[in-house]
Amino acid sequence: MQCQECNQRQATLHFTKIVNAKKTEMHLCEMCAKEKGDEFAGSNSYSIHDLLSGLLNVDPSTGSGEGYSQQVGQAYTLQCPKCSMHYKDFINNSRFGCSYCYEAFSAKLDPILKRVHGGNHTHTGKIPKRQGGRLKLKREISSLKTKMQTHIDREEFEHAAEVRDKIRELQEAKEKEEGL
Amino acid sequence: MSLEQFISNAISPWMKDPGPDDDIVMSTRIRLARNLEDYPFPSSTSQEAARALYKHVYEQLSRTSNEKVGKLIWLPMDGLSKIEKTVLVEKHLTSPQLAEESEQGAVVLNNDETISMMVNEEDHLRIQCLSPGFQLSEGYEAADELDDWIESHVTYAFDEKKGYLTSCPTNVGTGMRASVMMHLPALVTTQQLNRILPAVSQLGFVVRGIYGEGSEARGNLFQISNQMTLGKSEEDIIEELRGVVLQLIERERNTRRELLKHNQLQLSDQVHRSYGILANSRIIESKEAANHLSTLRLGIDLDLIRGIEGNILNELMVLIQPAFLQQFAEQGLTADGRDERRATLIRERLKLETIQDGGGET
Repeated sequence: MQCQECNQRQATLHFTKIVNAKKTEMHLCEMCAKEKGDEFAGSNSYSIHDLLSGLLNVDPSTGSGEGYSQQVGQAYTLQCPKCSMHYKDFINNSRFGCSYCYEAFSAKLDPILKRVHGGNHTHTGKIPKRQGGRLKLKREISSLKTKMQTHIDREEFEHAAEVRDKIRELQEAKEKEEGL
Repeated sequence: MSLEQFISNAISPWMKDPGPDDDIVMSTRIRLARNLEDYPFPSSTSQEAARALYKHVYEQLSRTSNEKVGKLIWLPMDGLSKIEKTVLVEKHLTSPQLAEESEQGAVVLNNDETISMMVNEEDHLRIQCLSPGFQLSEGYEAADELDDWIESHVTYAFDEKKGYLTSCPTNVGTGMRASVMMHLPALVTTQQLNRILPAVSQLGFVVRGIYGEGSEARGNLFQISNQMTLGKSEEDIIEELRGVVLQLIERERNTRRELLKHNQLQLSDQVHRSYGILANSRIIESKEAANHLSTLRLGIDLDLIRGIEGNILNELMVLIQPAFLQQFAEQGLTADGRDERRATLIRERLKLETIQDGGGET
């Protein structure tokens, strides 16, 4: 496809603009696109991060930019205690400063992760082996606690006691693991 | 150095081996993004912190080795020339970002270059396993093994709910990107791919041209990879991707058979014309070269032309890139100079083979 501006060079940049359901397409070569740079700000380096920042700037609760400003004050005060990254910096460059940012920004994170990962926000994949022993025990204990509560609710106290003993056993194993 | 030696040294050893379904699938890649606990992520870190991370990883991993992982070679970025770095980029062993920006980055490789690991790229570690043909499970097993071995020496940033914590929220969870490089000339020619690709995207997979993000497809080569990394297990992601790739393989094969049945003469004409251009050009641009190489490869797969090795497309797609051409020329080249060298390299490469007219199936 030829560049529609100079009609000489190969068009390598393709823009689609949709305004009020009206679609406009532009096909430009790199040189003409650079000249028209003002109209297509940032087009030379548009990356996944720019796209993501755009997504993050949309308020998750309303699904649109409206209401965003109301949340700005609240969201912008979030800061990671470990690396000092502000939530607004994360929004701007869509990258975390360190692994503790996940916890620091957790109040805002689930809707963002859902948006990026097709509705999912909880990991169900691999657990690191060495660190995993403790995590597996934690998962098991938590599931047993739910089971114990169900037995209590049904007044099945003998079963509940059995589960309680199992939980104690696992908790001891967990403490031992953490102590190592 | 002879051309044969040059080619043999330039392309990764694993590329010389045949792989399953390699009439359609050129290669399989599994990438895992991993970070270490208590170190800031590379994108926001200082040079000193990046150096400390590199030192820690190097000390922990270079002292021991694993039987299956084998011996690893460490290549710190600051010890490589610009051309050497670009060659690593063109072989997909490192990213342009690491090659251009990082002073504290490194690439770690095994002997046959099936395993590579970037240190201090967007994440602390980017583990990559490459294999010829369609080998998703095998590739994941190798990556998983390497990952376990690394994790036995360093402590990963991992959260029970969020999984492996990555610099960018698009990679969190499994941190895994599985991708398959496919050659789909028949689906492109018959314009079926335009209809198939939106469906593939709707299933949560990304389709890209081979030069990565935003690039157009050259030589009818497409990279298909998973988009989501959170909420699905590694095995689920691989199974779903396998399903999509198998369907594409089947459709491409069927369409090739149909084309051969109804248009054998036209197809054979195209293949031989492409061969003629590649074997006789004095100047050739990379896009034109890639498209003719794709047609030639189709001709080889359909037995319309004989005497040329099937991996010529994989091999030359690597070799006709700028840094390899400059290595071949042993000098820096302008764009025009590269077009000339590219034509020479392809002509010389084809002279190594003895061409025969194939019969083709009917």
